[in-house]
Order: sequence, then structure tokens, then C-alpha cells
Amino acid sequence: MLALIALFPLIGFAINGSWYAFFQAPQGRTKSGATIPGIIATTAIGLSFLVSLLLFFELKGLPADNRVLEQVVFNWMNIGGFSLDVAFRLDPLSSLFTLFVTGVATLIHLYSIGYMSHDATPGKFFSYLNLFSFAMLMLILGANLPIMFLGWEGVGLCSYLLIGYWYADMEKASAGKKAFIVNRVGDFGFLLAMFMIFEKFGTLDMSQLRVGVFALAEHGHQLAAADLGIITAICILLFVGAMGKSAQIPLYVWLPDAMAGPTPVSALIHAATMVTSGIYMVARLNFMYNLSPTALEVVAIIGGATAFFAATIAIAQKDIKKVLAYSTVSQLGYMFLGCGVGAYAAGVSHVITHAFFKALLFLGAGSVIHGMHEEQDITKMGGLRSKMPKTFLTFAAGWLAICGIPPFSGFFSKDEILWQAYASPHGSKILWALGAMTAVMTAFYMTRLFYLTFLGTPRFKEANGDDHGKSHGHDVHSENKHAGIAVHESPMVMVLPLQILGVLSIIGGFIAIPHMSWIEHWLDTVIPAHDPASLIAAPSMEWVLMSVSVVGAALGIFVGFKLYADLKKAEELKLRFAGLNKLLENKWYIDELYEATIVRPIHALSVGLWKGFDIAVIDRTVLGFGRVSQWSGQALRVIQTGSLQHYALVLLMGLIASVGYLLYGLA
Amino acid sequence: MNYVQPWVILAFSAIIFFIGFAGILVRRNILVVLMCIELMLNAANLTFVTFSKQLHHMGGQMSVFFIITVAAAESAIGLGLVVAMFRTLRSVDTDDIQLLRE
Repeated sequence: MLALIALFPLIGFAINGSWYAFFQAPQGRTKSGATIPGIIATTAIGLSFLVSLLLFFELKGLPADNRVLEQVVFNWMNIGGFSLDVAFRLDPLSSLFTLFVTGVATLIHLYSIGYMSHDATPGKFFSYLNLFSFAMLMLILGANLPIMFLGWEGVGLCSYLLIGYWYADMEKASAGKKAFIVNRVGDFGFLLAMFMIFEKFGTLDMSQLRVGVFALAEHGHQLAAADLGIITAICILLFVGAMGKSAQIPLYVWLPDAMAGPTPVSALIHAATMVTSGIYMVARLNFMYNLSPTALEVVAIIGGATAFFAATIAIAQKDIKKVLAYSTVSQLGYMFLGCGVGAYAAGVSHVITHAFFKALLFLGAGSVIHGMHEEQDITKMGGLRSKMPKTFLTFAAGWLAICGIPPFSGFFSKDEILWQAYASPHGSKILWALGAMTAVMTAFYMTRLFYLTFLGTPRFKEANGDDHGKSHGHDVHSENKHAGIAVHESPMVMVLPLQILGVLSIIGGFIAIPHMSWIEHWLDTVIPAHDPASLIAAPSMEWVLMSVSVVGAALGIFVGFKLYADLKKAEELKLRFAGLNKLLENKWYIDELYEATIVRPIHALSVGLWKGFDIAVIDRTVLGFGRVSQWSGQALRVIQTGSLQHYALVLLMGLIASVGYLLYGLA
Repeated sequence: MNYVQPWVILAFSAIIFFIGFAGILVRRNILVVLMCIELMLNAANLTFVTFSKQLHHMGGQMSVFFIITVAAAESAIGLGLVVAMFRTLRSVDTDDIQLLRE
């Protein structure tokens, strides 16, 4: 039953993939509707959502201290003392993740049917989406680290495939490569950590590992210095893996570029699911992180810094998807901040609420892009409120949720993280200040995005006449370049997921209301709850901080409205801070910095090796062998006269020599 | 009765053998070369028969029958090849069949 969750998307992948590979691709890239592959893929992931739901209730029915379901599918390898099963385990944490991953993924698959309706190869697209879901579910359900790692690599691969989905465009293809390579850097950390864990604990199974770690901690409650060092190293290496997947400083650079992929991909991979795998892993292994204050500190600082840093970049971006991408990086920073101060449950609840509202925002942005005929620049939008009323409404819900306005979902989870950053024994005022400033900036740049896109007056040339309304699509695209843009509301299949996600964004936060948080209670067995007595701040502070963050969010929204109501003023302000604006618009020149410090030296080294070693040494050796045989052939050719009599003579001489040897040589 | 001494016959067959071999080495006409091969085969036959008589063993005579059969087949094939060669090259000179050398 448990394996079915992961199996359904795999079946969907097999059906769509083989249909594409054997029937569609050989006949050239003919246009074919997205409906049939879309329905297959959506059904596959939908079924897996249903199974997750069933198992969730089954899990709920079990006694609270024994909520684990396990299934060993088969024994993968058994070498010496090392045995590895392909095994799945469902506990409260993984159940929560499977629920929202399959749920959000189902909605996004559904949405893709509309979004990809003009695509040439929908079969390929949907098979990749299914494969991605499969890998993500493996990652979540894996009972041991290698299975988790398989999923971990699988989502990286699918991310590469989907970002570079329109690979004919060089820029998109290289964005895919960038994502893959940056992820590989992180995966290396994960792999090293796995080796160290096996070396230290002799097991890779997560529940056995938990037992092993607890046994280590029980010796006098004080870890030996050597053990502590190893655990810290493991935790930090694992976190390096998480940095890659979850786009933290310094490995976040791939995520904004990943926006080259189709928008549903951005929503699915780069907002709702794959990027949360780092947080999932840290939360999953919380028993290990809890032992190492240093590792927790690293996680918290990197998380807080990323949240702040990415928010500053998001302020100055013009591309609607880039703004959302940096906001994702920033929100992921929040989640790590939560984990880093020991509030894993708060981090996880933010993962879930964020999945709702960020998927909503991305799909909303996709709907806008679709409606605007592939226009992504928010400075060329405006006034879309009346043109796309449904998208506008749902986007507004997402906007309020991410800004942290109560009672929208983002408020509860974000506030819990901020409170924990302030009050938890691992927290500090600096971390809180970072988070709070980020919250204000988030409210500001989201308002900017919202205002420039939906409010104000249109800044694009509109097409008049309703004829485009019926024949919307890429066939009228080129015509629109001259005649203006015929904005249209997206079809039902795209709007419905938006509405569902909109509702979830509004009410989703109620699972994480502070002090009566259902989620914290549910995760109790996996993530031991904080002892309220250990908090270093007075409980009354919580209300103060809460009002501070609400006021901050409101301030951000207010400034955003005030500023962008009058675009001239905004332009003036931009000119006054031209230097800063340029710095932010160019993302602090981090890409250029990486280019200069990492890419170029590697490139130079590669060129050096190519010319100095490959051509000079290897090629010369190989060609040398060829030349030697050529020369020797040339030399031996002389004795091959081709004349029959010569050969006969040699034969005779040979005969005489052999007979002579037989007669006299042996004696 | 006065028998011919075996060594005489052996020497005789050796002479025939080398006459044949010399013919192969020096003659360029492929028909002559084939005839020389027959000479060598028959020299071998003679040797076999001699030893068969000397050693009172029928194996030698058996071999002779085989050799005669093989020689018949060989000359049939050889002459066939000569005809084919003459048709394509208009020559029966061994110096003209050096295509493999190129």
C-alpha cells in the first residue's frame, strides 16, 4: 500500500514516456493535444494523493507513540555485512509531506493541461512531471539514506530536464545545466555525510540511526568531544546538501535561473516541493542536529542571511517570475531559520503554508503570462484586475498570505518562526531582526509586484476587438506584437487549481496556530516539542513581536501602494538611488562573481588540460601507436613481393630448416 | 631374384621431387607449374610405396591412394583456375598474378 504512493507516478511516467518515445517522437515533433497525456499524468498523481490521504487516516488511527507504517519492497543489495532494502516508511512527518506534495502536485498537473495546451511535446512534459513526483516521493518515503539519496538525485535530474525543457533556446538549456551542476555540489556534501554516518553508526536506516544517536547521547548526557566533532561535521555536510537543493547561500544561484522552465515547473519544483527537500531532511534528522549547537547555528545564520539577502534582490527585479523566485529563496531561508533555532515544527508548517501560497503565486503568474502572451516584464503590465478577475482574486490571497497579514496562512507560520528565532534557546535578537526586516521587505516587494501587475493603468498596447478572445493562443501571437495584446482570462482548467490553492492559502495557516498548533502536536513523535520553560524570552513578548511583524507587513504594503500609485515618483526614487538599484537589479553581481572566481578558472584549467595534456600527451600517445604500426607495415611490405615463386622458395627454405632441425638439431 | 635396392628408388624419387620443385621455382608458365606439382606428388607416392614394401605395412599404399585422389582433384581445380585466370588476365604467367601485393 505504501509503495503505491510512489508507484502511481512511476506508472504514469512509463505510460506517457513510452507513448512519447515510441509513437510521438519517431513521427517528428507534431502538435498534439495536451489533454490525453495530461489526464493520464494527473490521474496518476491524483491516485497517489488519494493513497496518501488514506494512509494518513490509517496513521491517525494508530496510537500516538507508535505511528509508523513500513514496507520493504525488496532487498536491493546484500554485500558482506552491508544490507540495503528498498524500504518505505511513513511517519507523521513524511505523511504530512506526501499529503501536500501529492496534493499540490495534482493541482499543478491539472493546471499544466491548460498551460501546456499549445506545446509541441506534452507527452514528454507530463512524463517528466510524473517522474519528478516519483523521485520526490522516494525522497520523502525512503526509510534509509540511500533511498532518500536516490530521490534526492532524481529530483535534481528532473529539475534539469524540466528547466531545460525548451532546450532549443540556448539560455534555457544552460539554466538547466546550471541547476544540475550547482545541485551536484550540494549532493557531494550529502554523499560525504552518508559515508561518515555509515562509518560512525554502521547503519543507514533512519530509525536505527536515531537509536544510535540517542545511545551516543545517553552516555552522561554529554557528548565526547570527538563524537561531537563528527556529528557536527555530518550535520554541516548534510546541510551543504540542503543548501544545494533548497537554494541557500552560497548555492542559491540556480533557483532564479530555473525560471527558464515552463511556469508549472517553477510552481511545482521551485516553489512547492523539490526545494523543500533540504528542510525535510534537516527536520527528519533533527535528533542529530539537536546534539550539535554549532551546526544549528550555521543553519540558522545561513537561513537568516539568505532570507534577508534574497529579499533585497527581489525588490529590484522586473521579471514577474524572478521576483517570485527570489521570494522563494527568501522564504526557504525563513524555514531554515526556523529549523536552525530548533523550531523544526515551525519550519515544517511554513513549508506547507508556503507550498500553498507560493504554488498559487507561481500559477497565478503563469496565468498572467499565459494571458499576456508570454510577457513576463511587470513594468509592461498593469491594470490586469479587470481583464483577469479570477486570477486577480486568487493572486491577492497569495499576496496577503506571503505578506503575513492575519489570518492568511503565511502569518501563522512566519510568526511562529520569528517568535522562535527570538525566544528559543538557540535564537537571538539578531536573527529575529533579520527575519523581521525580511518580513517588511517581503511585504514591500510583493506589493510592488501585485500593484504593477494588477492595479494602476495598463502599460501595454491593448488589442481592440473580441476576436482574439476566442482564438487565444500562440497562433495569434506574432500578430499581437503589432496589434497590441489581447489579454484574456485563463481557461477553467487553469483557474480551478488557482481557486483551490487560494482557499488553502487563506485557511492553511490554521494548522499552525501558535500554542494550539495541530502540526506541532502531530509531529510530536518525530520532532520533540520545545519545552516552553526553555524559552529565553517572556511569553508576553510573543504578542509584542506579533504586533511588530503585523505592523511591519502593513507598513511594507502601505509603502508599496503609496510608491507605485504614482509611477513617476517611483522612477524618481529609483534615480536617486541609482547605484543601489543597479546593484540589486544585477543581484549583487553574485553571478558575475561566481563567473570570475569559479567558472573562469575551471574553464581555464580545462582548456589548459585539453591543450596541454589531452592533445599533447594522450592524443600523441594514441596516434604514436598508429604511426608505429604504419611504419612497421611499410617496412615489412618489402618482403611481400607477390611473386608465387618467391613464396615457394621461402616455403622450401622453411621446410629444409625444419627437417634439418628435426634430424640434427634435436640430437 | 634380384630386387632393386630401396635406396635407389628413394634417391630416384628425391631427384624427381627436386626436379619438380626446381620447375616451380624457375618456370613462370602456370601450366608447367601445375605439372611440376604433379611430379612432386608422384615422387612422394613413390617414396610411400617403397617404405610400404620395406616395412611390410599397408599404410603407405593407403596414403598413395589418397594422394592420387587429391592430386586428381587438385589438377581439376588448378586447371579450372588457370582457365578463369586466362579469361580475366589473358595470360598464364605467374608474374601477372600479384594483385594482393598492391
